[in-house]
Amino acid sequence: MENLPAVLISGLTKHFGKVRALDGFDLTVQAGEVHGFLGPNGSGKTTTLRILLGLLRADSGHAELLGGDPWRDAVELHRRLAYVPGDVVLWPALSGGEAIDLLGRLRGGLDRRRKAALLERFDLDPSRKGRAYSKGNRQKVALIAALASDVELLLLDEPTSGLDPLMEAAFREVIGEERARGRTVLLSSHVLSEVEALCDKVTIIRDGRTAETGTLAELRHLTRTTISAELERGPDGLTGLTGVHDLVVDGPRVRFQVDGEHLQTVLRVLTDSGVRTLTCQPATLEELFLRHYQVAA
Amino acid sequence: MTGTLTLLRLALRRDRILLPVWITVIVGVIAASGAAIAELYPQAGQRIALGVTIGAAPALQALTGPVFDAASVGGLTAWRATTMTSVLAALMSMLTVTRHTRAEEETGRAELIGACAVGRQAVPAAAVLLAAGANMLIALLITVSLAGQGLPLAGALAFGLAVGGTGWVFTGVAVLAAQLTAYARTANAIAAAVLGLAFLLRALGDAAKVETLAWMSPLGWAQRVRAFADERWWLITLFAVAGAALVAGAALLARRRDLGSGLVPARPGVPDAAPYLRSPMALAWRLQRGSLLGWSVGFAVVGLLFGALAHSVGDIVGDNPQLAAILAAMGGAGALTDTFLAAEMGLLGLVAGAYAVQATLRLRDEESALRAEPVLATAVARRRWSLSHLGTALGGSAVVLAAGGLTAGIAHGFRIGDPVGQGVRMLGAALIQVPATWTLVGIAMLLFGLLPRLTVLAWAALLAFALLGQLGELLQLDDWVRDLSPFAHVPRALGQPVDVGPLLWLGFVTAVLLLAGMAAFQRRDVQGG
Repeated sequence: MENLPAVLISGLTKHFGKVRALDGFDLTVQAGEVHGFLGPNGSGKTTTLRILLGLLRADSGHAELLGGDPWRDAVELHRRLAYVPGDVVLWPALSGGEAIDLLGRLRGGLDRRRKAALLERFDLDPSRKGRAYSKGNRQKVALIAALASDVELLLLDEPTSGLDPLMEAAFREVIGEERARGRTVLLSSHVLSEVEALCDKVTIIRDGRTAETGTLAELRHLTRTTISAELERGPDGLTGLTGVHDLVVDGPRVRFQVDGEHLQTVLRVLTDSGVRTLTCQPATLEELFLRHYQVAA
Repeated sequence: MTGTLTLLRLALRRDRILLPVWITVIVGVIAASGAAIAELYPQAGQRIALGVTIGAAPALQALTGPVFDAASVGGLTAWRATTMTSVLAALMSMLTVTRHTRAEEETGRAELIGACAVGRQAVPAAAVLLAAGANMLIALLITVSLAGQGLPLAGALAFGLAVGGTGWVFTGVAVLAAQLTAYARTANAIAAAVLGLAFLLRALGDAAKVETLAWMSPLGWAQRVRAFADERWWLITLFAVAGAALVAGAALLARRRDLGSGLVPARPGVPDAAPYLRSPMALAWRLQRGSLLGWSVGFAVVGLLFGALAHSVGDIVGDNPQLAAILAAMGGAGALTDTFLAAEMGLLGLVAGAYAVQATLRLRDEESALRAEPVLATAVARRRWSLSHLGTALGGSAVVLAAGGLTAGIAHGFRIGDPVGQGVRMLGAALIQVPATWTLVGIAMLLFGLLPRLTVLAWAALLAFALLGQLGELLQLDDWVRDLSPFAHVPRALGQPVDVGPLLWLGFVTAVLLLAGMAAFQRRDVQGG
């Protein structure tokens, strides 16, 4: 049982009419790991999660969740997991606190002390009616409802969308604690830094197919850092250096991207040219995907 | 008002199927009624005889209103179709207006629009223009189709304007209701309650010959335009002014409120859920209890008023045995009062069908608003979740009918000195309608399971049943066509032993529909939007 993966998907396909949402998608999430599920909008993340929840039925392929069939064993499996939808809609007439209690009880019970602690942590007023909440506060309601239950697996669909930076930090803290308790988390996101901060492993989905999967270290080669610098002398030696891309030279200013593994060499060249100012930006997911598309094209 | 025309084009694009269907049904009912009367009663003598029968049947007049000129085909057509089509025009107008005003605010789409270079009042203005245009088109098409059948042009025009005018007044009612509450559902409920009250006042006024009551209702005005019977043209102005006043009132209210808010500010809720809120059934109850309470109160009021009036209806005919024989054949085998009460229960059954469809389609509302998803992602099986709302729909339809029957019986009983006996008897008469009402739950559930994007067809089925019941006899449709309506199988007689056979059949059909719908839902994707 210990070694059984929490989520095992292979060759999954799903069509909506003529639109192909999933096209032979593979994903394995080991028990106890926090798995990042990355992809641009419309790449099939939500469809995958809905199939795992038994809300959608896959056209073909294999999907297994906590050792069961997500379609056939939906109810039994749902006792052991909690889900935060990407688009949180609450009942207009129910308060946030009522929604949290209800969803927890329907799942099979929730820890009242934990609910109180989470309300405090996420700074949420549970007595407001569903329609009075902002997007971020609705998101908090769904998060608290999911986190207040004692479950093995958390399925989170872009859980931080709409949260302010302070709450994002609180969220990361909580997920860190969940990992320490040995819970499995599948976290879909399009924010690379969030995935980098939280996840042990990452799967990237593009157009319904697995584009990359592996540990962060394994995927490090995918990340590029954008560097802007102002130099004392001309940036000799940068041109043609392995790992340097899209170099733009404007007098003493240079701007380029560099592969993670060649950062060391490139920085040495820069310091040799006398650095006046230096800004480094980690690669955004968009850049990562742009590159993926270019490679594919 | 900037942007009104663009929004109007958007509304026309969104309603390009729905509105033409409404208009076709309304105009079609009138054209078919006119043609049928001309064919079935070609001689003036036959028509006058029919008019005498109607004049002596309060139960019928409660449904349709009085006949002003039985001698002409136009006069009989106006008698038969005015109330029915005016109600339809009112429904069309209120649903259209709410859909393009409060529903847009509730979903947040009005915010998207409001952030564009669009005037503050453009959203309601476009909705009002759309409904007004539809009503004008209805008036025009009625005029053309009846005049085309060779009826006098003036009468045809008056008829068209009476129906379109009623629609215009309820355009005003709906846009005003949309300012009062934060929810589209409540706005529709308010407008529907006004329509129900208008129907009630007119029905009571016409059945008991209390003109003042009928004059308090726009549906009463529509009758009293007297199309094809010395038309009262000034009444058309009354429609125009009343509708315009309501629209102006709505504009005043709209200027005083924030986007998305109603008149009543939102109150805070409770931080923790009540202990009972722990099952899908409890959630369905929590979501639907307000609506059920409203419907029950409405039914109780209607029952009370009809019950209080029933005895006076019996007095009107006196003791003309010939007339009594005609009347007994028309509605059921019993005293005139019983005929009236039985007809009223039949009407309540049909209206309870609207409750049944609405309560069942909560399933689809919850699904398309993405609120079903978090519930189905917990340890709640689809079957259990659908049963929760089905239970409310099935139980609720019985409750509203019981409320109407009981109050009708008690009110009638007080007048004849037997409140308990009559209460029990009318409760039974109301509950007999339950199996027919339940078939609509079954139809709505089957659509929800098989064709979730076309659940609106459940409303179409209800409308078809209503039209079959109202027009089937007049159009001399074949029995098998009329028998398509479940309400055709409800025993209509009061005070006679009930034949349970048809009721069991209806129950069986409902069970099959429900099981098929649940099985279909079990197999399909859960889909929002």
